[in-house]
Amino acid sequence: MSRGGSRLVEVSDLGGGYAPGAEALSDTSFAVEAGMILAVLGPNGGGKTTLFRALLGELPIRRGHVEVRGRPAYVPQTERARLDFPVSAVEVVLMGAYGRTAWYRRVARADRGAANAALERVGLADRAGVRFGQLSGGQRQRVLIARALMQDAAVLLLDEPLSGVDTASAERIETLLSDLRGQGRAVLVATHDVDQARRWDRVLCLSGRQVAFGPPAETLTTSVLRATYGAELVELDDGRYGVRVDHHSHGT
Amino acid sequence: MDWLLDPFSGAIGRRALVEVILLGLACGPLGVWIVLYRRSYAAESISHGMLPGLVLAALAGVPLLLGAAGGVLLCAATITLVARDERLGGDVGVAVAVTALFGLGAMLALAPAVPPRLEELLFGDLLGVSSGDLMAAGALAAAVAVALAVAFRPLSLVAFDAASARSLGAPPGRWQLALLALLAVTTVVVVQGLGSLLVVALILAPGAAALNVTGRLPAALGLATWLAALAGAAGLVISHHLAVAAGASVALCAVAEWVLSLLAWRMHAPSPPSTALPADMFAQAR
Repeated sequence: MSRGGSRLVEVSDLGGGYAPGAEALSDTSFAVEAGMILAVLGPNGGGKTTLFRALLGELPIRRGHVEVRGRPAYVPQTERARLDFPVSAVEVVLMGAYGRTAWYRRVARADRGAANAALERVGLADRAGVRFGQLSGGQRQRVLIARALMQDAAVLLLDEPLSGVDTASAERIETLLSDLRGQGRAVLVATHDVDQARRWDRVLCLSGRQVAFGPPAETLTTSVLRATYGAELVELDDGRYGVRVDHHSHGT
Repeated sequence: MDWLLDPFSGAIGRRALVEVILLGLACGPLGVWIVLYRRSYAAESISHGMLPGLVLAALAGVPLLLGAAGGVLLCAATITLVARDERLGGDVGVAVAVTALFGLGAMLALAPAVPPRLEELLFGDLLGVSSGDLMAAGALAAAVAVALAVAFRPLSLVAFDAASARSLGAPPGRWQLALLALLAVTTVVVVQGLGSLLVVALILAPGAAALNVTGRLPAALGLATWLAALAGAAGLVISHHLAVAAGASVALCAVAEWVLSLLAWRMHAPSPPSTALPADMFAQAR
């Protein structure tokens, strides 16, 4: 599937928020083309999830303009999904086909095959029948990504998909993101990991507003990181930087 | 076998049996969703908050169904009004509104001019159901079955992962509201049989019990339907032989199912159960 060259996401001078008179995110302008991974960096409360809400059409927008090609697929942080919900891994993946299935029809056989293929793609074919809540954190994240694959969306929004996952899951997810880029999709990834962001195509730094946007080599400077993270940015012994986020830190 | 069939040898017993089975068909699967959406408090609030409407209907001599419907609307309006104060928050708004309405209902019901029907309003009158009640229960069972079949996928999406539901085609607010509306309609009909205080038992306990013993949603919905109907029938049998109130017996049987499901779960599962019953439900069922 190639969508070569076209802009799939375009945001200009975005300002919006949930509470009257208070903007959770402002002065944000960027574009993401097909076949591109955008790293969205910023502290907790900096506007990463708010931006995704805007792209999903859930944020009251007061200024500016947001344009997204088609309905984006959204992968939330794993803790947002209910662990006690009585559903298996493959049933979660099948939810990605609900939007195109009439209520009175069974999910199509082709979609069932696609769900199993998506699970195989994230390395969980052998866990299809396991209850979602009984999977590890990394496995749950991969199941949610498989559900997004089922949506076959041109634009994917992943909210900190690599936070707190095991090494095997992280490697599998990173490979998958590269595959999606190769397929011509636009992938937006909220993350605190600056090292990771350096490997992707564009970086957007947010701290309630847009601090910087551009290629990683030009954007991820010390001054930009300081402006983005403020006191949460810490200098490590080897001269690199770390970001203090809640109870853990991410090397840069 | 005679011991089981005796309670239903007369017309009154048979009508009561049909009524509780029809109510169970509606309450069982709906209860699964209410528990999954963590709306047990709303279920209890709606049933308690409608009491003034029931009392006023009794005073005016009009069908309780009309009073219950009016009571639900009054309850919803009061909760909305109180919850608008952001300093209080939603839960406090519900608590204030429901306590005030329940108090108002009790005060009206205890006034000398009111016919002595308070017990019926609070605990229902399963043995006095009319043909109209049976028709209402049948219509309710059919409506709930259709509504839950249509809404199965969007309700699943929102309950499992509300953050992603919109991107998957199910706006959370719309389906949360739809579920509450279905709960309100169900409560309005069921309250005639089980009363304002006991209706919550038949809605919540079978659903919670089913979720304790099965890890599959379709299985839980089916099992909850059977458990709700079984609680109704068993409650009537016990009520007949022990000469105790029918509504309370049905509520106790529903809670007993939940207790048994918890014991069964503890014998087989390593981690805490997914559902819990509101603590005050035990107080009501005693």
